[in-house]
Amino acid sequence: MTDDLDDLRAALKAAPSPDAGAKARATALAMKNFDALQGQNQGLTDPVRSNEDRPNEAAPLNGVLRMFKFLTSRPALAATTSVAALLVGVTLILPVAKEPGGIPETGVTEKPATEAPKSGQDAGATTPVVEDEIAKEAQPDASPAPTVVATVEEPAKDDAEAGRLAAESADAVVAEAAPAVDVMLAAPVDGLVADAPVMEMKTEADSLVGGLATVAATGTAAPMPDPAVSQPIENTEEYANEAPNPVKVTAEEPVSTFSIDVDTASYAVVRSSLMGGYLPTPDQVRIEEMVNYFPYAYAAPEVDAAFASTISVMPTPWNPGTRLVTIGIQGALPEVEVRPALNLVFLIDTSGSMEDANKLPLLKQSLSLMLSELRPEDQVAIVTYAGSAGLVLPPTAAADRANILASLDNLAAGGSTAGAEGLELAYQVADGMKADGEVTRILLATDGDFNVGVSDPEGLEAYVAKKRETGTYLSVLGFGRGNLDDAVMQSLAQNGNGTAVYIDTLSEARKVLVDQLTGALFPIADDVKIQVEWNPATVAEYRLIGYETRALRREDFNNDKVDAGEVGAGTQVTAIYEVTAPGSDALLNDALRYGAASEGDPLGELGFLRLRWKAPGEDTSTLVESPITGHEEASAETRFAAAIAGFGQLLQGSVYTGDWGWDEAIELALANRGDDPFGYRIEAVNLMRLAQSLSEN
Amino acid sequence: MLMDTPDEMLATAAATGDRAAFATLVGRHYDRIHGLAWRLTGVKAEAEDLAQDICAALPAKLRNWRGEARFTTWLYRVVVNAAHDLRRRQQTRARASQGWGDWELARQDEIAVEAEARDWLAQAMTQLSPELRDTVALVLGEEMTQAEAGLVLGVSEGTIAWRMSDVKKRLRAMAREDAK
Repeated sequence: MTDDLDDLRAALKAAPSPDAGAKARATALAMKNFDALQGQNQGLTDPVRSNEDRPNEAAPLNGVLRMFKFLTSRPALAATTSVAALLVGVTLILPVAKEPGGIPETGVTEKPATEAPKSGQDAGATTPVVEDEIAKEAQPDASPAPTVVATVEEPAKDDAEAGRLAAESADAVVAEAAPAVDVMLAAPVDGLVADAPVMEMKTEADSLVGGLATVAATGTAAPMPDPAVSQPIENTEEYANEAPNPVKVTAEEPVSTFSIDVDTASYAVVRSSLMGGYLPTPDQVRIEEMVNYFPYAYAAPEVDAAFASTISVMPTPWNPGTRLVTIGIQGALPEVEVRPALNLVFLIDTSGSMEDANKLPLLKQSLSLMLSELRPEDQVAIVTYAGSAGLVLPPTAAADRANILASLDNLAAGGSTAGAEGLELAYQVADGMKADGEVTRILLATDGDFNVGVSDPEGLEAYVAKKRETGTYLSVLGFGRGNLDDAVMQSLAQNGNGTAVYIDTLSEARKVLVDQLTGALFPIADDVKIQVEWNPATVAEYRLIGYETRALRREDFNNDKVDAGEVGAGTQVTAIYEVTAPGSDALLNDALRYGAASEGDPLGELGFLRLRWKAPGEDTSTLVESPITGHEEASAETRFAAAIAGFGQLLQGSVYTGDWGWDEAIELALANRGDDPFGYRIEAVNLMRLAQSLSEN
Repeated sequence: MLMDTPDEMLATAAATGDRAAFATLVGRHYDRIHGLAWRLTGVKAEAEDLAQDICAALPAKLRNWRGEARFTTWLYRVVVNAAHDLRRRQQTRARASQGWGDWELARQDEIAVEAEARDWLAQAMTQLSPELRDTVALVLGEEMTQAEAGLVLGVSEGTIAWRMSDVKKRLRAMAREDAK
């Protein structure tokens, strides 16, 4: 709405006119400082700025830190200090990373005034030519924080070039942790921090990093996200969710049908919220995705079977009057050596919004992690969309890592999003890569803004659903917060026979794209549907926990045209029902006065499980059936799944958990965390603790 | 004669110690500094302090002047960086955005109509993230092109374009809220 912009423009133009007194004071001060600067030999005006406000995005700078440890060449050090003294005429601090036996002579280097050149009124004017050049080159353009740059193992005369590189790359270093330049920035100085202590000496590695980040931020004017508020003040995120499933009365609706869901995005979003210091909103919590985030050690399928289902029954942790029935599905893990060749099309959002450190740069790192998992015969292509869609990298054998990495590195954010054309192009490229017996998948990486310029989101989904018939899978990797269109991500992945995952950290990227790559990329069963018929004689009420967005109609179960979720190689899917026996005091619905009393053996089966699935690429489904006897034993695996389901319900503020709270959830999860070689489960426990603390505020 | 000299020449002269050139430069641009400082902070007192800090630091900063950009672009960058430093010192965005709220209180004596217009502004600005606020201040307040604003903020033109479309989106959302 241009109206709004006009209003805003008009309001901003109406700036209050400056106070004449204030102007006079400022001008006088400016002149005084000007005179002082002209009158002194070394221009000591700038106190060292404090590093307390370092942004926490500085972590990627560790590579630079490591480089700093190599800064042992004496000539380089000498050059650095003298340049600094001449340049800013201020005591120079060289923070030194803690390195046993490293650089004893630096720690703090103070340049006494007497060592500065004595002649002339302007230090710059008397500087020898070479050093003057260094000084100029070392200044990031218009930076308020003069920056001192030193090279590593370079003769002093080459400092100028290295300094220029450093100034240019400072931003890149912060944003991408690209440790490309053998330089080190040190001793940020800022004249504006008049009230800061003159010298603040921190030799801790982190203050060095902080200083770097500060220099880069001020030197290049790249606005750094504020560490204390990782959640944007406002956001335009959209989440796909429905109200939690209600309790159903078996006599009225004995059959429950749903599609499996192998997405894990919700858990990562919940984690990113909690780590940011706030509780997720109920619509960010999809319990089945939280439960399915974790690997479970279910019984492996028999030879030739695509998957095995494991049923277990146990008392409900949060309600003594009910029982939990857990259905665990374990996908077969075909021999990794004989896996089919893989065609991957990275469809990458390079819109302006992807500039943040936790978006495009993280995406690049994530995809390069994954490259090492690919085989030489696999193929990779890169398509970007933003403004105009383009093929950045034509199909390239994964063996050609250098080429692929170079293309990834060259991606830059800019422009607005035109997802639809990008998607069409990606499907075209994918079609061209296809060959018999190979698996083709598009990996869409975005922060959400997918539909700019497309008037018809449903049209996009329909398009994806149609393309699914061609055998190309589509998975969605979500990045960043604030703009995340979870709803579109979900729907594209569901319609495109793929998974939606949310990548908030490099370790999450590792989990999804390295540790679980096979499962994420190689489907072993398509359109897996679950139908449970409950026995009214033994189950009076039941409730499916989660899977709200995956509900199917009863008749859809046998209809092979109806799409459902995919199971990847070696992955697990878990569904949990809470069931109440007739006569239990936990029943929520009273028995009907005129209803027929349920017949049958009260000690009989609880229900009957039916599973339908298709082999990848097939059109007709296979049916697998098994009874739920009620005597299946629970394991630590299913108890942990129950703890996570409880975690999700607590986050949702569920009405079913009663007095059961965080302490109980933590205890249950801790007691059943099992081997947990990757630490996913203990991380969940810590998130529960965090959520507990946050919810007490 | 000094009054007609381009900014860039004055800056170069001032950087090498020309007192008159420096005085002219400060006199010519104080209002601009103050205006942008106000647009970035939303608090008149803070804008004055910031402008004064910038003036005080300007002699030293001019040593970095290399005449490669237009002087105003360079100056804008100095102001934006100073405002960022200020924000960082204020520790959190939450507090930085409160400036607009405090400012509203201080404005209550103002003429009713003007106060209302600025209330709206304060409300609109508070709801934007600092990045968006900076962008708005430069593009709308200073009437810069998106390319110039990109130069000042150190981001690409495309990013500025995206931010402006984001601002529109948010303003629309606000308008919907108001309509409720």
